[in-house]
Amino acid sequence: MEINITINGSDHASDVEPRTLLVDHIRRTVGLTGTHVGCDTTSCGACTVLMDGTPVKACTVLAAQADGSEVTTVEGLKGADGLHPIQSAFTDDHGLQCGFCTPGMMLVGASLIAENPDPSDDDVRWAISGNLCRCTGYINIVKAIQTAAARVAESSNGS
Amino acid sequence: MVAPTTPAEIGGIGHSVQRKEDARLIEGQGNFLDDIDLPNTLHMAILRSPLAHARINGIDSEAAMALDGVLAVVTGDLMDQHGLAWMPTLSGDTQAVLATDKVRYQGQEVAAVIATDPYIATDALELIEVDYEELPPITTPQQSLEEGAALIRDEKEGQTDNLAYTWETGDQGATEEAFAQADRVVTLETHYPRSHPAPLETCGIVADVNSVTGQATIYMTSQAPHAHRTLFAMVAGLPEQNIRIVSPDIGGGFGNKVPIYPGYVVATAASLLIGQPVKWVESRTENLISTGFARDYYMKGELAVTDEGRILGLRVDMLSDQGAFYSDAQPTQFRAGLFHVVTGSYDFGAAHINCKGAFTNKAPGGVAYRCSFRITEASYLIERLVQTAAYEVGIDPAEMRLRNFIQPEQFPYETATGFVYDSGDYPTALRTAMDEVGYEDLRREQAEARAEGRLMGIGIAHFTEAVGAGPSRTYDIAGLKMIDSAELRVHPTGKAILKLGVKTQGQGHETTFAQIVAEVLGIPANDIKVEHGDTDHTPYGLGTYASRSTPVGGAATAVVARKLADKSKKIAAHLLEAADEDIELASGVFSVAGSPDRSVTIQDVALAAYTNLPEGMEYGLDDVTYYDPPNLTYPYGSYIVVVEVDPDTGVWQVQRMVALDDCGVRINPMIVEGQICGGLTEGFAMSAMQWITFDEDGNCIGANFMDYLVPTAWETPRFELLATEVPSPHHPIGAKGVGESATVGSPAAFVNAVIDAVAHLGVRNIDMPVLPDRVWAAIDEAS
Repeated sequence: MEINITINGSDHASDVEPRTLLVDHIRRTVGLTGTHVGCDTTSCGACTVLMDGTPVKACTVLAAQADGSEVTTVEGLKGADGLHPIQSAFTDDHGLQCGFCTPGMMLVGASLIAENPDPSDDDVRWAISGNLCRCTGYINIVKAIQTAAARVAESSNGS
Repeated sequence: MVAPTTPAEIGGIGHSVQRKEDARLIEGQGNFLDDIDLPNTLHMAILRSPLAHARINGIDSEAAMALDGVLAVVTGDLMDQHGLAWMPTLSGDTQAVLATDKVRYQGQEVAAVIATDPYIATDALELIEVDYEELPPITTPQQSLEEGAALIRDEKEGQTDNLAYTWETGDQGATEEAFAQADRVVTLETHYPRSHPAPLETCGIVADVNSVTGQATIYMTSQAPHAHRTLFAMVAGLPEQNIRIVSPDIGGGFGNKVPIYPGYVVATAASLLIGQPVKWVESRTENLISTGFARDYYMKGELAVTDEGRILGLRVDMLSDQGAFYSDAQPTQFRAGLFHVVTGSYDFGAAHINCKGAFTNKAPGGVAYRCSFRITEASYLIERLVQTAAYEVGIDPAEMRLRNFIQPEQFPYETATGFVYDSGDYPTALRTAMDEVGYEDLRREQAEARAEGRLMGIGIAHFTEAVGAGPSRTYDIAGLKMIDSAELRVHPTGKAILKLGVKTQGQGHETTFAQIVAEVLGIPANDIKVEHGDTDHTPYGLGTYASRSTPVGGAATAVVARKLADKSKKIAAHLLEAADEDIELASGVFSVAGSPDRSVTIQDVALAAYTNLPEGMEYGLDDVTYYDPPNLTYPYGSYIVVVEVDPDTGVWQVQRMVALDDCGVRINPMIVEGQICGGLTEGFAMSAMQWITFDEDGNCIGANFMDYLVPTAWETPRFELLATEVPSPHHPIGAKGVGESATVGSPAAFVNAVIDAVAHLGVRNIDMPVLPDRVWAAIDEAS
């Protein structure tokens, strides 16, 4: 079937099998491999992307369901003026080790900050509770998301 | 903590340098196994047994073969024609690659489909008909060793029962004597349940064998690429110079990516036969039910103690559940890993350990899940036992430890099982952690809580690890000595490339190993590229597991950098027209002793190494070192956990978790602390929720992340970290390794805390995971 998805600002029209998962479409058809597969059962969140601004687990969304939507993957976080604050905060606060969960964590974090400019520790932990990390114990991920929130708030206050 | 000796812009040891690997990972530019997409790649899917024990009477793959896009269905018979139906394990057993006679566990590999598309390969699995004749499954090691139990390994010559191995260490006579002198014998029987490392990235391979040239390029999720190259050569008979193993970015390993799995062998054979690349990436369920389980030890420990709380001796009797094949990834001479460390942090003269392993109808594995070969089980047992002994003798568990610790002046200390601990100050570590947590106040609070009917518990674990295998006289895997290597090349502009035999899976080697070179030569860490994982481009080494990267590979790095420092000093002497012995090197500046204004930099020296040498010296500034460690290293730590238990539901909550770690010199404190937080979380996971169980038919419970519970950010406790820093005396930079400490040490601290909350009721044991219903039942039974 014919679908058209805007991924990171570019239109991608393709003919896909109806059963094609969004994550497979992004990784194999479009060739953006920053979105990872960790469990196939909507449990781990490594495949998280933003669909019209909302985090979804792309292993449980059909590509066909995303037809006509705007999808943001990790490759789309960086803007014309450089890294997204969430990206630099993950490095600054050592929020990643193996890096496999990181794209999903950053996208959930970016989405949280957009809704809640000053998230508490519990707010962050609840927001990322659908995303598993096996390396960090989450503490620095939480810190990084809060750092990014503070930086976003600071720059919007300043402007 | 020791202050760094280099300035921040050089970033030597002790600086929390930001990680170099992050730049690609935060932009989605990592290169993980499944990201590798070679032209004409075929996709493999594996058909697995739904039954735990059954004879295979026939496999009909005709319908699968007829499906559009399917190129081949590989069965055990086909593999057998090439001598590859069975493969050796790392513990001297054999393991089925694809089943030919029987299936011996649920999830065992029965056939593989090779297709043009992964969806088609999975479709084709549904079309394969296997004629199984069900056999009675054996799901516990106790059943397995009963008289008359069905023989699981009937194909194994000379095997007449289900015994996998036996092992014994220590001095039985001396131990009996110690027990005869004891005022009391304290006993604890407990099960360390089956667990799974479950890295977020599953295992996989892209095998690309060129049928014309014979070149086999094998991309795989490997913690030990060089060892795997040699094993591929040995098992598949491929000439080793034609095998190139590339281990790309790895999404966590934790021991899961040490063994060679059947899927790797089948994919490689298929690529060889078909002449196209073949990719296989496990699903999460495949990962959890078939590859690399850990633990599953039934342990009985006895301590001989005096009424004053002095430990005189230790006796341990164990039974391990090995699954259908004995495939523990461990050094050849060590049947139960480094369980010897069960004497823990305590000074006593006698120990005796007896262990046997049994085959069952469960997946094989026995991997060292974030631990140095059975260290976790050993550490857990002794720390649980010491707390039990404290209750029985009637002294505080902290005091019990302080009375029995090996004292700082006793190092190097030979234990009753023959390990020689390198260094430590255990009393300071425990007292520091106790001060931080406010131990005395907490005990008062606990008494008040009990008076109010609340259950509060304080659990301690003071663990000692044995890591960094290991000295070549004792340690090998499949005959390969457990040395490791580093090759350092300094380029004319003063930038460098460091090539390692070890392989990161998230530990940050690209940063920390550059820091070791920066410390020695003064080349900024950011000017040093670290290469690893590609066997064509790195020197030989046994890989990254058992916390051996820093103890062995890190030592090799320091030694090779020092070799280049020696040559550099000679070049500097030549440039400065001074005597070699008058040259001093600090933070990349070579100066003449007594005349600090006469100096050249490492960058000047690097250029001179290719342009302006002293008479008779060979050009270049590079070298390689293979490091054979003189001993293991012995990191340790004191962990204290405070919990509150709900008496009505058995639910427990962590109130505080103070973790003091001493891993010797810390190369990058930020990375060390990151590793500790991750390890503590996995320790919490095992104590609270994470286990693999089976029903009586041998069905695996825990085959996905809805049944196998790994902690999310919501359940994970907050941690308070502390450090002391007693260097290893035999390691070139005094480091001991840290990646596994917290996973090893923390389960006992969490469980001890819960037990401590209910100890006054008479409860002495609740098996892990300490699930609320188990806590509730223990309270109910005790009251």
